[in-house]
Formats: sequence, structure tokens, C-alpha cells
Amino acid sequence: MIQRIRFLKDKIISKLMLVFTLASVSLVFVIGIGLYYRSIPVLHKLSWFGLLTNSDWKPMKGLFGFYPFIMGTLWVTAISIIIALPLSVLTSLYLVEYAHTKIKRVLIPFVNLLSGIPPVIYGVWGVLFIVPLIQNHIAPHFVDFSTGYSVLAGGIVLAIMIFPLIVSILTEVLTTIPQELKDASLAVGATKWETIKKVIIRKASPGIIAATVLAVSRAFGETIAVLMVCGNNAVVPHSVFDPGYPLPALIANNYGEMMSIPLYDSALMFAALLLFIIILLFNIISRVILARLERKLTT
Amino acid sequence: MIKRKLEELFFKTLMILATIVVTGSFFLIVGTIFSKGIPYMNLDMITKTPGGGFYIGKEGGVLNAIIGSLYIAGGATVLGLMISIPVAIYINMYIDGKRFTSNIIRLAFDVLFGIPSIVYGAFGFLIMVYFGIRASLLGGIIAVTLLVIPILVRTLDEVIRTVPRELRDATLSLGATRWEMAKVVLRQIRPGIFTAILLSFGRGIGDVASVLFTAGFSDNIPTSLHEPAATLPLAIFFQLGSPVEEVQGRAYASALILTIVVLIITVLSQLLIKKFSKHKI
Repeated sequence: MIQRIRFLKDKIISKLMLVFTLASVSLVFVIGIGLYYRSIPVLHKLSWFGLLTNSDWKPMKGLFGFYPFIMGTLWVTAISIIIALPLSVLTSLYLVEYAHTKIKRVLIPFVNLLSGIPPVIYGVWGVLFIVPLIQNHIAPHFVDFSTGYSVLAGGIVLAIMIFPLIVSILTEVLTTIPQELKDASLAVGATKWETIKKVIIRKASPGIIAATVLAVSRAFGETIAVLMVCGNNAVVPHSVFDPGYPLPALIANNYGEMMSIPLYDSALMFAALLLFIIILLFNIISRVILARLERKLTT
Repeated sequence: MIKRKLEELFFKTLMILATIVVTGSFFLIVGTIFSKGIPYMNLDMITKTPGGGFYIGKEGGVLNAIIGSLYIAGGATVLGLMISIPVAIYINMYIDGKRFTSNIIRLAFDVLFGIPSIVYGAFGFLIMVYFGIRASLLGGIIAVTLLVIPILVRTLDEVIRTVPRELRDATLSLGATRWEMAKVVLRQIRPGIFTAILLSFGRGIGDVASVLFTAGFSDNIPTSLHEPAATLPLAIFFQLGSPVEEVQGRAYASALILTIVVLIITVLSQLLIKKFSKHKI
């Protein structure tokens, strides 16, 4: 009898857990379907192509062109990756290949602390530090006038936000590269840097690509920090000192009025859907690369 | 030969500089927040709710936002744990044999982890519209729960995987059911659960984009789940947008409070992770 109850308990709990697991996994699909369902009205009126390529944003007239916002997102993301990638790769190489264990033990916690700082704090810091820096010290060398609220400011703030992400993935990838490979290169007379250049980077390149793709998707979706420093002007930026208006900022800034104008909420949900699709794809790609790399290096 | 040595030196210097920039940016950010926030910091900030003329620079504090954030992050963490502990156990102990299935599930949580909070905010808003919930504490908790579930599952999954296989096998060989084995494992990973709680709480307390649509904003401390609730990050955001210097100063002070809270949480979780990996059998 007791046996029976025990088995029954195990069975019931197992089914319950299955339900929880399925429910949370299906969240991926439910989010996608939900957002798509709400974007149907605007998709119906203006096609996918029209929404993505039109640059007129006049919600009152029913015109929803996402082109400026997509360009804003691309500018900010590109700047952040250009800044963050070389710095993070060099940092991870230093931490794994050169740094003494003691130095490592001091430095790595700070990288982790950086990842714990909330986005809004990055935003406040950007307003207090980066924006005035660009306005007073960087922009005057290149253009006549800039308020400092620019895609460059957004890019710099984002770059710092994605440092910890790239560094933590890369240090993990770099430490799994077999010591024998490095030893073989060093034994035939290569310097440490030559070993890094010709052996380590080559072995770790899928990892670097995966980390970059993940960082891009993080940068794509970051909202509040970028919104605070980017200027939020719905025109396509032409230089790094121009303001931009990324997609997430668009959603965040207009949620208040979206229920009062027809199709507006549908258009904003379309923006969220767009972000969701791009980020979903990027995440799957990078996770698959990382999983394959892990299997290759550990076996 | 000299050229090679020079190249080595050049790149090594470059790496050290990069490392200084990356770790230094932490000090730059925290330093800026501290130096700007401390002059505006006072006891009223953390003990009072906004008074009559708060938004034109009169007396009051951000207690409403502090409490609101604690409620939302706390509620979401509790709800999230109730969902993610079963999930983590299920992945590791019930579908143990089928690696393909568990890998697909892990991939799904990795992907969910990567989805930005603004999308969770928008989706949370859709749920609320569907069920007719207004912007409220409940709405905020729902959105943040969605946000922290992947964090919790990933952390717990990693922790459970550190429990030695032998321990599980020993339990099973004594005739325990899988659920009884799960209880033994859960006891083993208690510090790991605590780490997951801290990580999720830290993320929940600092996030804006998910609560922007869902929690609303209020100058009062919410007394029920259906009242709108202020959150600390949102309070910072609103105050910073004010033209009044005094109010902007409060944004700096609020940012200081949030930074200190989050730093304490992060440091604690780091220490726990370190301790946990040390006592691993």
C-alpha cells in the first residue's frame, strides 16, 4: 500500500513538472504568436515591406514607417560592437593567457559586478558622463554642433553594457582550448602572441562569432539606457553625432498614448514582434554554435 | 627577432590597456553615481513617500518606489521559483536519458534568457489586456516573473548538474522514487537555490522596460495587488527627465540607492557561488 502511494506520488509530481516545463518552454511560441496576433491590424493595412522600408512616422495619419527606427537600432548596435568587440577580445585573452592567477581573482569579480548594474544606472551615467563628454570634447573636433545626445553616446553606453557578456563567454571558450595545442606552438619557437594569433584565435573563432552574435542581440533589445542618451529623433542618422531613435526606445516612449490612436498599439506590438524575431534567430544561431564548440573541445 | 619581440610587447600592452578600460568602466560608473548622488542623499529619501510638491522640488522621498520595487522583485522571485524548481528538476531527473529532449529545452531557456525585457513588458501588457488587469502591482509581478524564470531555471540547472551522479545513483539503488531522489538533491543544492534567488531578485529590482507598461506608477505605497506601484528604476527615469534641478538631484540620489542595493546583492551572490564551488563534493 505504502509502495503504491509512493509510486503514485512520483507519477503525479512528474506530470505536474512536465506541465510546468512545457508551459514555460512554450512561452517562446506564445510570445511570438501573441505579438503577431496583435500586429495583424497594422500588417493588414501596410504590408511587411511597407512597414520596414517606409520612413514616414505619422501615427495620427495612420502612417507607420519603421525605417528610421531600424536604422537607429542598427547604428547604435554597430557602434557598440565596434567598440566592445576588440576591447573584450583583448581583455579575455589577457585574463586567460597572461594574467597571473592573483590578478585574475581580483579582476574577474569586477567584470561580474559590471554585469549586475541595472540598465537605468548605465543610462544615468551616460547622461552625466558620456553625453557632456561628446558635446564638449569629442563632437567639436568633427561637427559644428551636437547636443551630445547621439547614436555615439548610445553606442558607448551599450558597449560597456555588453563587455561582461562577451568577456564571460570568451574566457570560458578560451580556457577550454587544450594546453597541448599551445605547448606545441610554443615548443617550435613561437612567441606567446604568435601562438595567440595563429593557434588560439583560430581555434576560438566560432566562440568569438557566437559571443558577438549574442552581444548584437543584447544590444538590439536594450531599452532604457539607450533611450536616455540617444536623443530619440525619428530621422535616419547620418553621422555618429546625430541623434537616433532605436526600436525599443520607440516602444517604451509611446506606451502611454498608444491606446488613444487607432492602429498605434498594433504598430508598437509590431515593433516588439520585429525585435523578438531578430533576437530569437540570433540567439538560436549563437547557442547552437556554442554548443557545438563545447562538444568539439571537450571530447 | 627584435620585430617579433616588439610585436609581442605591443599587443601585450594593448591587452593590458583593454583590461584597464573594461574593469575601469565599473569604477567610472559607480564613482560618478556616488559623487553625484551623495550630496542629494538624506534620510528623507528612504523614509518618506513623495510629499505635496515633490515634483517641483519640495520635501519627500522615494520610499514608495523602494517598497514597490521590493514587492515586485520579491513577488516575481517567489513565483518564479515555484515554476523553475520543478522545471530544473524535471530536466535533470526525469528526462535524464533523452539528451536530445533536454538539450532542446535548455536551448529554449537560453533563448528566453536572451529576449529583452521590453518584449516581456509588451507581452505582459498583452496578458493584462486579455485578462482585463490594469497597470498594477500584479501586472508588474507577472511581467517580471516571465523575465526571471529563464534566469532561475538556468542557474538551478547548472547547480543541479554539479551534484555528483553517485549521490543520485545511491539514492535510487536504495529503492527511492525519482521524486524522493529529487528531495535529496534539493537539500544538497540549498546554497545554489539561494544564489538563484539573489540573481533573480537583482535583475527584477533593476529592470525598467518590463514594468513600464505593467506596473504603472503611484506616489503611494501599494496596499493591494490591484493598485499601481512605483518602482525605483522608473522613479529615477522620471525624476531625471524633470527640468527642476532639485528633482534631478533626487534622481541621482535614487540611482545611488539602487546601485548600492544591487551591488550588495551581486557581491553576495558572487561570494555564494564561490563558496558553493569550493564545497562541491
